[in-house]
Formats: sequence, structure tokens, C-alpha cells
Amino acid sequence: MMQAWPGQAIEVCPNSQPRPLPRRARFRPAHSNRSDIMKRTALFRYAIRLAATLTSLVVFFGVASRALAADPPPPTLADVAATAGEVKLAINVMWMLVAGFLVFFMQAGFALVETGFTRSKNVAHTMMMNMMVFCIGAVGYWMTGFAFQFGAVNLPYPEVSTIGAIAGEWAHSPITLGDWTGLLASGFRIGQFGLLGTNGFLLTGVGLNTGVLAFFLFQMVFMDTAATIPTGSMAERLKFSGFCLMGLWVSMFIYPLVAGWIWGGGWLQNLGRIAGLGNGAVDFAGSGPVHMIGGAIALAGALVIGPRIGRFNADGSANAMPGHNIPMGILGTIILFFGWFGFNPGSSLGFTGTFGQLAANAAVNTLIAGAVGGCVSMLYMWHISPVKKPDPSMSVNGVLAGLVAITAPCAFVDPIGALLIGSVAGVLVCLATTWLEKAKIDDPVGAVPVHFVNGMWGVLAVGIFANGNDASKGWNGMEGAVRGLIAGNPSQLLAQALEAGAVVVVVFGLSYVFFKILNALKLLRVAPADELTGLDMPEMGTPGYTTVDVRMTGGGRLSQQAPRPRVANAPTKSPSTGA
Amino acid sequence: MTKKIEAIIREEALDAVKDALHAIGIVGMNVVEVRGHGRQGGIDLSWRGTAYRMDLIPKIQINIILSDHNVEKTIDAIVGAARTGQPGDGLIFIYPVDDVVRIRTGERGHDALIYPDDIDERREHAVKGS
Repeated sequence: MMQAWPGQAIEVCPNSQPRPLPRRARFRPAHSNRSDIMKRTALFRYAIRLAATLTSLVVFFGVASRALAADPPPPTLADVAATAGEVKLAINVMWMLVAGFLVFFMQAGFALVETGFTRSKNVAHTMMMNMMVFCIGAVGYWMTGFAFQFGAVNLPYPEVSTIGAIAGEWAHSPITLGDWTGLLASGFRIGQFGLLGTNGFLLTGVGLNTGVLAFFLFQMVFMDTAATIPTGSMAERLKFSGFCLMGLWVSMFIYPLVAGWIWGGGWLQNLGRIAGLGNGAVDFAGSGPVHMIGGAIALAGALVIGPRIGRFNADGSANAMPGHNIPMGILGTIILFFGWFGFNPGSSLGFTGTFGQLAANAAVNTLIAGAVGGCVSMLYMWHISPVKKPDPSMSVNGVLAGLVAITAPCAFVDPIGALLIGSVAGVLVCLATTWLEKAKIDDPVGAVPVHFVNGMWGVLAVGIFANGNDASKGWNGMEGAVRGLIAGNPSQLLAQALEAGAVVVVVFGLSYVFFKILNALKLLRVAPADELTGLDMPEMGTPGYTTVDVRMTGGGRLSQQAPRPRVANAPTKSPSTGA
Repeated sequence: MTKKIEAIIREEALDAVKDALHAIGIVGMNVVEVRGHGRQGGIDLSWRGTAYRMDLIPKIQINIILSDHNVEKTIDAIVGAARTGQPGDGLIFIYPVDDVVRIRTGERGHDALIYPDDIDERREHAVKGS
């Protein structure tokens, strides 16, 4: 049968030489007549050409006659402006959503890294935490988190007389996502110190404002990135019920509280206008709000829950507990890197005008810092550390450390700055891993060195390397651009230090108390016997990997008291006793 | 008499040993992935910057059940293929076997160990031919 394959039927044959048959033709039935096909092909080409000519003639005369017939009224300037505004909003909202979807996919990366770096007896538990932290977090953030974090973002502060402040009252809501008049504009404040938003619980009171909805999605997946970090530092021993409560703690309260200070129009963001500290605490994509908050919770959790059984010896020396799947860890890291291109560039919150410039700058710096972080930590392990090998498990952490560190400064620094920031991150992550081990803090996947230590480094790096580019002018209600120490503005570094300090004191402090309470209620750590067995069967009721397909007989005894499957002396049933 | 040869060899030596055994007409065998160490005591590795000793190294255990008179030739084949001269080449254990049952036919003892073109059949051909 003759078939027209794309591009084939209308191609002009340069000469009458038989051409090699296209791939599809190889599958024609053996009995078909070749010359017949050639003849029909020529006919078909002719028909197509004729049709194309006729169509273009009809279109031409149609357009010409309409143009001659009557002049439609020319669009007014207002029409053009309205359409341009709609297009701008559409581009920005689309960018927000696409970037949010990319950030969501980072969840897969976290799941793979954490599971690959833990032992095979805990895979169902670790994977499940990484999936459910999103499900729990999404609900928690929708209920109260978004309102606490951004409920006051559109509530303007009265005018201030601080030198360099933009005249007039000032709200910190994004200008890229349409008109938010009257939305997200109530909260608790002490003078110019914004503490907590109170509008938008359950997304009520914001209507169906396109910009607000896109913004909610983007901020929800950001919160989730923070919430999934502590599951790594407490992996292989965290009780699942305790984990669920931790998911609510992060999504409903502690993350929104402090991240709101930095992004939701809170006091840290306002430091420039109230105290003249640079442009206030500046954090483009969240080294502080997301990674340092997640890392601080991870550190508090690891401290309270204690090390895994057998991790440290009586003399203080450490035992390695190698993860069970390096390919998972590396694949997860590559997925995270990919998702980071939504995380950092997406934080421009818009793509038109200078916002596109911010996004492109952020993308390039993200690329450089992540790559350099990986290179430096690989070289450090290979040539400086006693290991003397390009250790994959530390190189993975090095890539992530570089990415975490560039997250805050990504749109404010040159590529050279990104290179320096990534290099420092690559070394810091290796050193911090050793420090943690010396302090007998057990962090199976390196959540604290990667997210807490390098989150802090990223926050401070803004105050050192910010180059004062024009796209950052007017940030946080200050006339000037964001300039760091090297560009001659030491007060920016002070604002950044206050951001880091606030996270350490408030997030670490309150989370430490939270985990102590969980621990006192016996909700934090599994029983030692379950930990030794591996959490999959006692906690989750199923092994993560089943290597041999044996028939599972019915009649197992699952109850609250004895959830552990009986491996030895399992009651056997005759397979023939059906029904 | 029937014997069992249990050879612990390097993972990477399995193909060479298998070929050598096939070449002399050892037809049946099974293979188990095992972990262990001998005098060498393991190898040093690292995980996230912490050095550790993997003292149970992955090895391959080959199990062969065969008649007494084939043991020496089989041992020679295994040693010839598995030997590198470095520590970690492995060990061979030889045990007596009480009886063998071929499930498909119910044959017992020596009969249960006979396959077409196996080491014994080849020997018989060689004897007849000479």
C-alpha cells in the first residue's frame, strides 16, 4: 500500500536515478510493484502542488478584498496597552507555574538521594517520607502556611525617612503577577516589624486571582523543599508518626513564620527601610528561607533523635554506614540540579523586562556554582582528604552544596562570584561532614552540611559578592541596587547576618523544643529492635525490595500490638484450601 | 563414591572457570553469591569521607557434584582458571556425598550424575578410540 510519509510526498526528485528507499518503504509488502509506486508518487506530488497553489490564491484574494472593502476601526492606545498587559501577565504566570512544576520534581531528586544513601532495609520508609512530606505539607501549607507567610505581603508599611528608601508607603508583594489590590493585606506588626500574616487561610479571601494562585503553587513547592530536608538527617530511625507531625510543624508554622520575615514583607525584608541596612535581608531564591530553615530543623532533629545504633563507638570514633544505591543518589542529584533551574531562575517571579534578565543571570550562576561545587568537593576528596578517591557520595553533596549556596545570591552576582561561591561550598561541605562526625551528630545523607552550612554561606555570600546590577535596583523598597562588601556596602552583609542569625535562633531553637516534646511523647524514635530489623517491615508493614517472589499465605496477624510480620515459624497453609 | 567440590573464587574469575569446566566435560554446576574473607581480611573503602573496612568481600561459590575419579582433573581446571597469584584467589573444599537423586527420573547415585557428553562419556570414547 502506498503511504505518504511526512516530507516525502512533496519532495522534488533531483534526477531520475532511483533513490535509496526511505525506512518506511522497507516494510512494504514483498509483492507490491515498485514502478507502480513510483508512478503513483509522482501523481500524488502533482496533486499536492496544485492544491497548494490554489489555496494560496484563495487566501491572497480573500485578504486583499477584505482590506479593500472597509477599514476596521484602528485599536486605541488603551486597547494596545490592555493587550500588552494581558500578555505580560500571561508570560509571568506561565513562568511561575512552569518553574513551580520543576521545583515540584525536585521531590523525586530528594527521594532518590535520601533513599540511595540509606540502607536497603529502610527504603520503603525513606521513600514514603519523601512522598508523604509533599502530601502532608501541601495540605498544611494550604490551611495555614500560606496565610502566615504571605498574608501581609500586600499590606503597605507607612513611609519612612531612612536614607535611600523609596518615597511613599511600601508593600513587598510582587509587581509581576497582576493586580492584588485588597488581597493578602492583614497581619501582626510591631511598628515597622512585620511578624506574621493573617490573610489567606485555606486560600479563602483571595478569590480566584490568577497571580495569587500561581504564586501559591510556587511558594508551596518551595516550602516542601524545606520540609523534606529533615527527613534525610533523621532517616533510618525516625518514627513515621513523628515524621507526620514534623511535616505539619514545618508546613503550617515554622517555615511560614520565618520565611515570611524574609519574603512575605516581614521585618528582615524591611531592614533596609527601617534601619538602612543595605536593601534589607536579600535572598533571591532561598538559601536562607528554604535551605537554611530546612537545615536548621534537620540539625535540631538529628541532635534530639541521636545517632543510629552502631554509628559511633565508645571511644568516639565513627563507623561508616554506606548507602545501598549510589546510582539512585547520583540520579537524584541530577534531577535536583534540573529542578534547581526552576527554583532559582523561577524566583524572578516574572519573565518580562528586567525580570527575564534576573532569571537568565540566576540560571547561569546556578549552573556554574553547582558544577564548581561538584568539581571542588571531588578534587578535595581525591587529593586532600585521607580518602584519596573521587568519592561519589561526597561529590553528590558537593554539587548540592554549590547549588544551595548560589540560591540566595544567584541573580545578584557575576559568574566569577558564582564560581567563588561554589568553590567555597565544595570545600565547606566536606569539612562540615567531618565536623558533624566529630560532634557525634549522625546525619545519614548530609542534610546539615549541604543545606544548613551552605545555606548560611549562601545568605552571607549575598552580602559579600552582590555586584549592584541594575536589575536589582529598588529591591525591598530601597532606591539603590543590591551591593555587597566587595561593591562597597558592608551594611548589606550585616542584614544578611541578621537573616542567618534569625534562622538559627528561631528555627533551630523552636524546632529543638518541638522535637524534645515529640521525644518525650515517644513519637520521635523507633524502638531499637525495629531500627536493627530495618524500618520497612515494623513501621511500614512491607519490605522495600522483594527479591524472591514467594507466595504470601493469608491469615497473618496484623494488629496494633504486633505489627511485625512473623518471619520464623510462619503458619503455613495448604495452597489448595481456596475460598 | 560421589564427591562435592565447593570452590570459592573471585567474582571476575567465574567466566574463565566455567569455560575451563565445560572444556573438560563438567556439565552440571550451581553457583552461589557469597561474602567472606580469608587471611587477607577485607579491603579498605570510604563512605562520605569516613574510611571503613569491608571485611566480607563478595565472592562466588561454585558447587559441583561428581564421581571420585574426576576430582583431580576438575581441581586442576578450577585452579588453572582462577589463579592470579594475588591474595583473594579463593579456596576449594571437597566433601563426600552420601547419595544423589535426579528428581526427573528418580535415578540414584552415579546414574543421577550422567549427562550426554560429560566427562565420563568422553573418557569412555577416548578408551574405545585408542
